[in-house]
Amino acid sequence: MKQLEYALFTGCTAKESTPEQLMSTYAVANKLGIKIVELVEASCCGASHLQDYDDFLSLVLNARNIAYAEKRGMTMITICNTCQINTAMTKHRLDHDAALKARVNEKLAEVGLEYKGTSEIKHFLYALIDDFGLDQIQSMVSVPLSQFNIAPFYGCHNIRPSELQHESNGGENPYNPRSLDDLIAALGGKSVDYEEKNKCCGFHAELQAPHTAAMLTGKALMGAMDQNADWMVTPCPLCHLKLDTQYAHASKAVGRDVKMPVLHMQQMVGLALGCSKEELGLKHHVSEVNFI
Amino acid sequence: MVSEITTTRVTFKVFRFNMETDYLPYYKTYEMDVTSEEVVLDILNRIKWEFDGSFSYRRSCRHGICGACAIKVNGKGVLACKERINDLIAMFGTELRFDPLSEKRAIKDMIIDKKDFWVKHEQVNPYLDSHIEEHPDMECAVTPAQAEALLDADYCIQCGLCHYSCPVIEINEEYIGPAAFAKAYRFNADVRDDGIDHRIDIINAPGAGVWDCVKCYECTQVCPKEVDPFEKITKLHNQVFEHGRALNNVATRHAVGFAHSIKKHGLLDEGELVRYSEGNLGVMKHVPVAIKMFTKGKIVLPWNMPKSENLDEIQKLVKSSSTAKF
Repeated sequence: MKQLEYALFTGCTAKESTPEQLMSTYAVANKLGIKIVELVEASCCGASHLQDYDDFLSLVLNARNIAYAEKRGMTMITICNTCQINTAMTKHRLDHDAALKARVNEKLAEVGLEYKGTSEIKHFLYALIDDFGLDQIQSMVSVPLSQFNIAPFYGCHNIRPSELQHESNGGENPYNPRSLDDLIAALGGKSVDYEEKNKCCGFHAELQAPHTAAMLTGKALMGAMDQNADWMVTPCPLCHLKLDTQYAHASKAVGRDVKMPVLHMQQMVGLALGCSKEELGLKHHVSEVNFI
Repeated sequence: MVSEITTTRVTFKVFRFNMETDYLPYYKTYEMDVTSEEVVLDILNRIKWEFDGSFSYRRSCRHGICGACAIKVNGKGVLACKERINDLIAMFGTELRFDPLSEKRAIKDMIIDKKDFWVKHEQVNPYLDSHIEEHPDMECAVTPAQAEALLDADYCIQCGLCHYSCPVIEINEEYIGPAAFAKAYRFNADVRDDGIDHRIDIINAPGAGVWDCVKCYECTQVCPKEVDPFEKITKLHNQVFEHGRALNNVATRHAVGFAHSIKKHGLLDEGELVRYSEGNLGVMKHVPVAIKMFTKGKIVLPWNMPKSENLDEIQKLVKSSSTAKF
């Protein structure tokens, strides 16, 4: 197999509140022999909030990030569901609206850049599954996760809306997503089926609607616990922040202690591939990873 | 292409409840052979006609336009008259569960009390607010371009699928919800309407308004008419700023804060965003979680804040491409 190469859009949390996510991305890529070039020029994607204030600015900034992947002639991978949707949505809108694309490019020209629409954009999860291949990953597992019941938490922005997810990303069925379940199975674990696995964690309303956000987090953790999950896994660092650091608010909202270890998708893959817990940054969790 | 009609044996687990006689709802199982030509509404009819005449559900046009027959199948909101059983079998297998749109609003079987939906709908002034001459000199023409500005928001059939798929509606009774927001946009975008500022103030209210949206895209996903309520919610957010009606609160500052941070660092300064959004006093309630995060190496101190390379480009673009004011 030809070596896979990607331009990595890290997003902001990987550089700040979820350092373990960036560490484990590199650990897994190294193990699998995937080449990663970091888009060091990239800005914040606006996290689906900047667009509420200034939609055009959000488009220009995201188009600039994509332009840097295009300049390198590479597919862009994301490691955050919200980075993924904001970037892919920008691509979708510019590719379908020539006038808008021209307006955005007029701005980008001021800094000597151009958005062409030549780079694909996908979450690292789907690069692993669709490009690298589940069979290939399975054949490299050295520490099967056979003793664990693992609850997948998909995160809205990787599965909805399906039209966009089919166009760029995993093409997941939002009502019955499979990727994480299949990945868990390939790594030798047992995936846990529960109602909230394709639901919202509440992250984006945390500041302005804390009760709503805490209820959603609590329901997700409760759903996983009630189906006997040992831990949860998610491809989204924002879901992770909510599930990992906010259990006190979540427990209060649902009236039950709902603390549970939550791993990033990359950490789960890394564990099965035999990466060390230091490489995977397992000490950076607020809900301690107590099973390794 | 004519495809062959196939038959599949399917087990239907159906929510049954009569609020006048039952203390709790229960599921009843019906097994039947289903052909590839049938839609969910055919199955609802067959349950009533072949198994139990007391089974109740709403239906009227069976052409996807009256919006009466919306239910949930294995958690997926569907218009019963439009959803093919074979597509559902492909998605979920041969055991399908029928539920009303909202269990807590169930009256009888699939029939729910949609009162809250209509109250929210009414709340956004869902009509043209305009002074109409009784004897005008000429017609009030709307150009095709002006009509397109509605972005298909006028296709809504008020079936309630987005409203009862919205996770916020389940938690926050005040929340106006995606259907009514799409309706508010539909009239705000109409050139003949004069009520936009009043409608913006309604959808801008903390707790009830667009700021409580969790951005999960459930509404856009479930809509059978491709109204894309999430897009309309974003447009309403934009109108709040465009019309200078933004309140200075945690929600608006949270959106604006991204622009500040990007201008300064390229990347988001997470800590500063929370401080700016909450204010110096409000931010205190986040301290307990912040301390836990700090001990785990999850907080970057201000002097270590990472910056994007070629930050000057980003700053130039923020300056030249900004279109909003706060």
